[in-house]
Amino acid sequence: MTAALAAPSPAGGAKTRINDFSIQVATVNGSGSQTANTVLLRAIFQMGVFVSGKNLFPSNIAGLPTWFTIRASAQGYVARKASNEMLILMNPETAKEDIAKADPGALVIYDEPLQLDKLRGDLAYIPVPFQKLVTASCPEPKLHKLVKNMIYVGVASRLLGIDMEEVKKAIAKQLKGKAKAIELNQTACVAGYDWAMENLEDQDHIKVVRDNKTQGLIIVDGNEACALGALFAGVTVVGWYPITPASSLVETFIEYAEEYRKDPKTGKSTVAIVQMEDELASAGVVLSAGWAGARSMTSTAGPGISLMSEFIGLGYYVEAPGVFFNVARTGPSTGLPTRTQQSDVELCAKCSHGDTLHINLFPGTMEECFQFSYDAFDLAEKFQTPIFVVTDLDLGMQNWASKPFAYPAKPYDRGKVLNQQQLADMKDWGRYKDVDGDGICYRSLPGTPGGKGAYLTRGSGHNAYAQYSEKPEDYVEVMDRLKRKYETAKAFVPGPVFRNQGSDKGVLAFGSSDPAVIEAQDILLAQGLKTDYLRLRALPFTAEVDTYVKEKQVVYVVEQNRDGQLANLFRETYPEHATKFKSVLHYDGHAIDAKSIVDQITAFEQK
Amino acid sequence: MTTATPSAPVPAAPTNKLGFTKQDYVGSKSTLCAGCGHDAITAQIINAAFESSIEGHRVTKYSGIGCSSKTPAYFMNQGWGFNSVHGRMPSIATGASLANRTLINIGVSGDGDSMSIGMGQFVHAVRRNIPMIYIIEDNGVYGLTKGQFSATADKGSHLKSGAVNDFPPIDPCTLAIELGCGFVARCFSGNPKQLNAILKAAFAYQGTVVLDVISPCVTFNNHDASTRSYKHVKDHDFPLHDLGFIQYSEVEEVEIPAGQTEIVTFPDGSKVAIKAIHEGYEPTDRFGAMKAIHESMAKGEFLTGLLYINPTQPPLPEVLNLVDEPLATLGEDLLKPSPAELDKIMQALM
Repeated sequence: MTAALAAPSPAGGAKTRINDFSIQVATVNGSGSQTANTVLLRAIFQMGVFVSGKNLFPSNIAGLPTWFTIRASAQGYVARKASNEMLILMNPETAKEDIAKADPGALVIYDEPLQLDKLRGDLAYIPVPFQKLVTASCPEPKLHKLVKNMIYVGVASRLLGIDMEEVKKAIAKQLKGKAKAIELNQTACVAGYDWAMENLEDQDHIKVVRDNKTQGLIIVDGNEACALGALFAGVTVVGWYPITPASSLVETFIEYAEEYRKDPKTGKSTVAIVQMEDELASAGVVLSAGWAGARSMTSTAGPGISLMSEFIGLGYYVEAPGVFFNVARTGPSTGLPTRTQQSDVELCAKCSHGDTLHINLFPGTMEECFQFSYDAFDLAEKFQTPIFVVTDLDLGMQNWASKPFAYPAKPYDRGKVLNQQQLADMKDWGRYKDVDGDGICYRSLPGTPGGKGAYLTRGSGHNAYAQYSEKPEDYVEVMDRLKRKYETAKAFVPGPVFRNQGSDKGVLAFGSSDPAVIEAQDILLAQGLKTDYLRLRALPFTAEVDTYVKEKQVVYVVEQNRDGQLANLFRETYPEHATKFKSVLHYDGHAIDAKSIVDQITAFEQK
Repeated sequence: MTTATPSAPVPAAPTNKLGFTKQDYVGSKSTLCAGCGHDAITAQIINAAFESSIEGHRVTKYSGIGCSSKTPAYFMNQGWGFNSVHGRMPSIATGASLANRTLINIGVSGDGDSMSIGMGQFVHAVRRNIPMIYIIEDNGVYGLTKGQFSATADKGSHLKSGAVNDFPPIDPCTLAIELGCGFVARCFSGNPKQLNAILKAAFAYQGTVVLDVISPCVTFNNHDASTRSYKHVKDHDFPLHDLGFIQYSEVEEVEIPAGQTEIVTFPDGSKVAIKAIHEGYEPTDRFGAMKAIHESMAKGEFLTGLLYINPTQPPLPEVLNLVDEPLATLGEDLLKPSPAELDKIMQALM
């Protein structure tokens, strides 16, 4: 039987989209679809085509709907695209809704019994007898559920023109040497591929054509990149508590630590990793280990930062180092725990009660996830303070193509730590004395012999010698010095990156918004609007940010939260320029897309 | 020519094996209420550390919030201290003890700090067997917030305001034994000899020591209706008093013979029964210890002494199989993988 591909031609009679399309796969959570989807993505990647994948999954173990989108882009755009050229519908629960939302002309691969082809006339339907194919290709009924998804990989690969050898290679890569599983999945995939070849006419809607754009690139997610950064940065104490979407950061770190931090002969480890009872305890471990000289870290999400905030404020005031990874999700509270947002901006900027100001790093690429994680430990020790590395679910848990990470050759900066001899040589050491005028004091580590350097760390008021004091002048001195330290940090945090088109209209964004902003900038240019783009990479704002704000007539602050939190920080920092900042917002839990940015900026421009 | 009159030779202060005097183990002047039992505990920490020849620079002192949590400032100025946040001293001790396993960790907490907000961290620190002496200065009342009930307050006891405690107390010792703690002891702050002996044993122990010290509050639990007040507050000249850094007073200094019960009578006539464990007590019998404590509690007594010990439990750094050197000072060469190793990782991601 030849399936109906009498379908509408590409929308508007456009030519075939070569390496430029989006596929959305609708499945059931827990059905093993993540493996199948990653194989499809990886096969396209191996064909040399830029590709990104986004898993839209529910807060659920099994049974609820999940969607995975794969975007291929000849131009290298990797942001989420709201429209899809192919739908693979495996979930009866959502099939009708998915059909209703489909873009005209989309190819729809679906399970034959669902009989979706009556629902709309402007789609190209491809009913596939999945059960029949899986029964024929897999002898073990209990495995049918797991390999059924691999059949749509085969069908889609055939339709898209993906080389089956690349698919087989991707399966082997994904299943990491598990011979039986590899064979089962490859067999199912071939069954789908062969069925498509025998039963379907070719389509010219969307195609993958071999390219050379991904040669030498890696596929990685941000949590793994951050974990690797921490590994190379020499983290020695990890206190953590599981939370989506941050758990895989430490879990991946644990896997690497097994290989790179254990003496193969003795089994002894150079890193202590403890899953604590909650986030509060994790923060305590991080700060006290940092206080005692270790390079320490935790990873969490917004609700975890909320729980940690008392400790983080203490860490700021007593000046204890530690790295806090915040892989942000939608909030507040549980929010949509498996969806993405950038809604912890203000929380991380000023986390805790009283006057606090924190150094934040905002990686926007996988290379930066790696590098900034490495740098965060230097900054924590240099500035003796909690450092936030802020990513989000989109960066942290989605697949991204990236250049391989460059070796971080820069030696560790352990900051102003005094050893026994240096302490002995100092006539008048005070833990909180600003000797160098940069707000950064000299510290001693517990256990240093020689009888000098011991002090009591306390959250209560203290003077330059760490002695208890409620004198107004002592408190003001400490608080002013902490502000001075924050000012010093401006010269040491990563400055912004620019993508300028010669305009006095600025766009400003950070983190995972970057790919969508780049794409939006190009779309706007095509529409006749030039923009300059600054991607913020840290708090505090550096001198370059300062200049940018002052020079631009208008600054569109793109961020993924409701209240324009970053724009608020800008308005507060630059009150004389407050009216320049226009918020371009996206906060529905999906990763930001270029169209939503274009639409909002266009609307502002037309006012 | 005049000749100076030779002054009488000043006897040198006694030194310990390391050549330190007791003065080397003292801290700042206490700001607790005159007569506070916590100062008596501080005095015995100093004595025990001196007598055990503890290296002061290796000592770290941790606390949360409350009167008790001020006490790390009052002993061993040679050691580093961290006065953290309410109830979360254990996680502070956990992180630092992992960062440097050569440290000698002393945590001082209160019944409010440990048995209410800090209950979670207390139980998890104990089950992880972090290497520390965890002292609970237990007076059944919140002092710094001026006299509310704590979770160890006796059921039926009264506040100064007249309010009655409706809830049974939580007992840190039975809880610690239940959690698998390998060294559980209870003392009375008015029994310096017993406290001193227990502390010296605690310094020699490798894992978590839970030491519950009944330490009556002279200000907020010293009223007529209290079950934990002092009848008479009188100054005592403990040997340490000569050093001039601690002043405290107690109703009486008691020494309770093994197996016997001493009744401490308070101003309102109420009594606390302190019972020392008998000579034949077997502290390695976990279930026997629980039974003995419960039997004493049923009689309204506080059983004191080394209640339970298991010397074979590995502390957390051993459980995690950490290297022998402090993690805090490991060199970059031991921590940073090589360029070839990064390349291997990158190849695997391609």
